[in-house]
Amino acid sequence: MPQIAQLAATYSSQIFWLLITFGLVFFVIGLGMVPKIQSTVEARDSKIAGDLAEAKAAFARADEIEAQQRAKDADNRAAAQAMVAEAKAKAAKASEKQIATADAKIAEKISAAEASIRAASVSALQEIEAVSADAARDMVAKISGAQATPEAAAAAVKAALAHG
Amino acid sequence: MAESGKIDPMHQFSIEPLFGTDHWQLAGHNIAFTNSALWMVATTIVLWIFVAGGMKRELVPGRWQAAVEFFTGFIDKLLLENAGSAGKKYMPYVFSLFMFILLANLLGLLPLGLVGVHPFTFTSHFTVTGALAVLSFSIVLIVGFFKHKLHFFSLFVPHGTPLPMIPVIFPIELVSFMVRPFSLGLRLFVAMTAGHVLLKVLAGFVINSTNAGVGYGALVGIPSFALMIGISALEMLVACIQAYVFALLTSLYINDAEHLH
Repeated sequence: MPQIAQLAATYSSQIFWLLITFGLVFFVIGLGMVPKIQSTVEARDSKIAGDLAEAKAAFARADEIEAQQRAKDADNRAAAQAMVAEAKAKAAKASEKQIATADAKIAEKISAAEASIRAASVSALQEIEAVSADAARDMVAKISGAQATPEAAAAAVKAALAHG
Repeated sequence: MAESGKIDPMHQFSIEPLFGTDHWQLAGHNIAFTNSALWMVATTIVLWIFVAGGMKRELVPGRWQAAVEFFTGFIDKLLLENAGSAGKKYMPYVFSLFMFILLANLLGLLPLGLVGVHPFTFTSHFTVTGALAVLSFSIVLIVGFFKHKLHFFSLFVPHGTPLPMIPVIFPIELVSFMVRPFSLGLRLFVAMTAGHVLLKVLAGFVINSTNAGVGYGALVGIPSFALMIGISALEMLVACIQAYVFALLTSLYINDAEHLH
């Protein structure tokens, strides 16, 4: 086994060169280069973390704005609905008034018409009475030859008409 | 060594000086530049290229940058999970340790023998793994005593230990603590050595059986080769797992030093 057989002859040179090479590795690479690499990694990590936090904040802000927008929307809608309801109520009142005035006019017209109808029917009845009295006097004169007075005839006709 | 049909599966671990054999000395110790040192340098260069490729520092990473950031993130998470936020400051060390061992293991597995370069896995030498383990262990000791002074010894007395049990528990915990660098170093060394030996033994089967004749080659060589493919995949997994285990245990020990249980 050369590790043992050559130990006495080679241990000093092995240790010497190991210290030289490993020392170089430690001081040049370990102390000189590794911290720089690590700082690069750390800078990247912190940048990523910062960007993520920024994105999260932006998200939160967007959410907030959306909520505000939504609240505004709801307010606007409520206001619009109130306006619509008010307008509806106003319109209903106006149309009610109109209907009432129209009703009154119509009722007036109807009552006037009724009055004229009644007057017409009264005058028609009087005419019928007069005609009937004449006819009755004629009938009395023809049948009995007696002359009935217009007053008697009218009274008779009135009585007959009252009986239906 | 393929002399007279004999293949030595241990030869891959032998250290061969490339230059500076005799006269490179440091305080009386030989510091020759060997194949082991060559692969350490190669590992360092490959690791530097890999990490440097991920230094573009772009906000949206490319593939290479993402790969490097995957590894730093992996070790960062490992430390955070096992040593808490106090473990963050050990990131340079644990990252260096993990990547150095990982690349050493993986580079040693490369089939470069096909082009005449002999890969050498220096993590299969306990001199190296032991040195790394001692390094990790020293950090634990230094941090532990610096942070908690002598209170660090309370690490060896678990919470809720009855008073009469303390004289018994303390040595046991102390021994289990002192064994840590050995288990840390030996685990990596054994895993790497065993895997490479197994691969070389099977490769020896393939070569020797084929040399012995077509029939032997079909009967022994082909199944051995199929097994080698599977074990190579397994070895890559082991290379990653052992690097991970080394880093994981180091961070666990660091946690002990930082938080005392």
